Amino acid sequence: MTRPNDLLIEMQTRMLRIRKFDERASKMVKRGEIPGTVHTSIGQEAQVVGACMALAEGDYMTGNHRSHGHPIGKGAALGPLMAELTGKATGVCGGKGGSMHLADFKVGSLGESGIVGSSIPIATGAALSSKVLGTGRVALAFFGDGAANQGCLYEAMNLASVWGLPIVFLCENNQYALSTPAHTVTAGVIAERAPGFAMPGIRVEDGQDVLKVHDAVKTAVDRARAGKGPSLVEVVTYRFNEHSEGLRLGTDYRNPAEKEAWMKRDPVKLFRAYLTDNGITDSAALDALEAEVTAEVEAAVQFAADSDYPDSSVAFKHLYTEPFGANL
Amino acid sequence: MTVMSYLGAIGAAQREAMETDPRVIIMGEDVEANVYGTMGGGKSRADKGDFLQLFGASRIRNTPISEEIMVGAAAGAAMTGLRPIVDLSYSSFLYMAMDQFVNQVAKNRYMFGGQASLPVVFRSAMFFGLNTGAHHSDRPYPMFMNVPGLKIMVPATPSDAKGLLRTAVDMDDPVLSFEACILWGLKEEVDEQEYRIPFGVARTHREGTDVTIVGISTGVHAALQAAQKLEAEGISAAVIDPRTLVPLDSETILRSVARTGRLVIVDPAHTTCSAAAEISAIVAEQAFDCLKAPIMRVTTPDTQIPFSPAIEKQLYPDAAKTIAAVRKTMDARARAA
Repeated sequence: MTRPNDLLIEMQTRMLRIRKFDERASKMVKRGEIPGTVHTSIGQEAQVVGACMALAEGDYMTGNHRSHGHPIGKGAALGPLMAELTGKATGVCGGKGGSMHLADFKVGSLGESGIVGSSIPIATGAALSSKVLGTGRVALAFFGDGAANQGCLYEAMNLASVWGLPIVFLCENNQYALSTPAHTVTAGVIAERAPGFAMPGIRVEDGQDVLKVHDAVKTAVDRARAGKGPSLVEVVTYRFNEHSEGLRLGTDYRNPAEKEAWMKRDPVKLFRAYLTDNGITDSAALDALEAEVTAEVEAAVQFAADSDYPDSSVAFKHLYTEPFGANL
Repeated sequence: MTVMSYLGAIGAAQREAMETDPRVIIMGEDVEANVYGTMGGGKSRADKGDFLQLFGASRIRNTPISEEIMVGAAAGAAMTGLRPIVDLSYSSFLYMAMDQFVNQVAKNRYMFGGQASLPVVFRSAMFFGLNTGAHHSDRPYPMFMNVPGLKIMVPATPSDAKGLLRTAVDMDDPVLSFEACILWGLKEEVDEQEYRIPFGVARTHREGTDVTIVGISTGVHAALQAAQKLEAEGISAAVIDPRTLVPLDSETILRSVARTGRLVIVDPAHTTCSAAAEISAIVAEQAFDCLKAPIMRVTTPDTQIPFSPAIEKQLYPDAAKTIAAVRKTMDARARAA
């Protein structure tokens, strides 16, 4: 697949945004500047951005607790995301969602989910809307290797297949459900479950390569948009940080050699090398880009810091369309 | 006006909604074949309007037996422009989709700061009183009253069923409709023209001065029968049907209790945490000074529903139990005096 240079640069930009945003968020959790915790996508940027950028602007997606990368990858503004993480009124959800429940409908992000697998049916419904209303939009459901063992995934795959819905089921296989190695709780290969539902299953073995991810997901998205129905794409990747920031487990569940080998395959560094090796851009331009993204993240942090907390009355808003009660 | 059954009225409301708004779709198990008779005439009586022929396979969708995806996909579709009506058949099937109801349907608008709207209706039938055993006899609306973000309707008559369902489909919030099977054949004069009954507005079936009887679903009919018999004894009973449990028209109930000083609530749900329990708490909190007697709940005892016809029916509220409860509240006054 040939891609214009500006698309390649945009991929690196979005991967850098995720990296810098999550590095900053991690620090803020440890300093108590973000309440609760966050789950970073550090190490998984290629998998996230390769998938998000295979979607068109009006397309839909849903995600999971490892949640910041998805809206950033889809092009969401960083300020309201960071403000949401700090619980401010200017947050993308007005401070009521927090890290695990980000949603930015402006970019088609229909919501992350703190319940593993729970948002997969939502994406399936968005694909149903597209089909019935004829809007041509595609939906993509992000879920992890842990969610691959939730029943709702298979209910969704079956329904999407019999109804020919325009959806991509995207398994982000980072190989661990918190501390549990995927292979110890998952029979067979996740992608190989697809033919049982009469849909293609594609496995991207090197999920650290943004172009490989983009190729695979683009194929699935094009197929969906052409009315040929759903696909399952499994992307093998690795998270560099702990399951959640601040989590300290007494057990080292990841083999140090394995971890080291994956850490060497840093998707941001790999793609930087690709861009310079292929003469797409040069080091100086990439350094400038990195500085620009760092400044963008700092501006988002400042925006969050300068924002007010929501008024206490907001706790009672948005449960229903207002006003609530008689004569609705 | 025309005579409609409860089921016919639901079918009429669904047809109106389908005809009025192309974003309305119906999905569920066996909807194409019109198994429950709410989808027009069905194939065998296509002259009465078979929904599949009228609206096509894109809008009338048979689903696999997969409640979790039915509910979740309807929610996702509602968030992106459709207005689905989901036919979940039996109310106890809702449990299969509990995660979607509680974590997605009820929370998405709130959690995402109002970015999402969920105009979706989930219809299900309560098969209690029909010897279907424990798996099909549930009256589970109180569980869902405990989930903020859902609206709940419990129509007791054909005219209420039609008007409430139209409102539900037009509303931008998720609605659960609990329909009692023993009411399916109930007939009434119903306006065949479009009309809508607002949520949160109780229906006062009778005014009364001695006791307020609040009936829920089939409890409305037990209350009405009881009121009629009590009238012969010189006891004047008001009968109120809240029609929607969320939102609940507590004002109408409180106003009536202020007048009568006595409250009996007839609710086919299990006693503990029933709708009756909630209404009773509201009245105790807000109108304690008006009460001349303890509030009585006529509910189904906290046991599962047995299959044998010999032992099932005794469990549910009926007119006799309602009358007994009313007499107790009247005796309480006698004791106090």
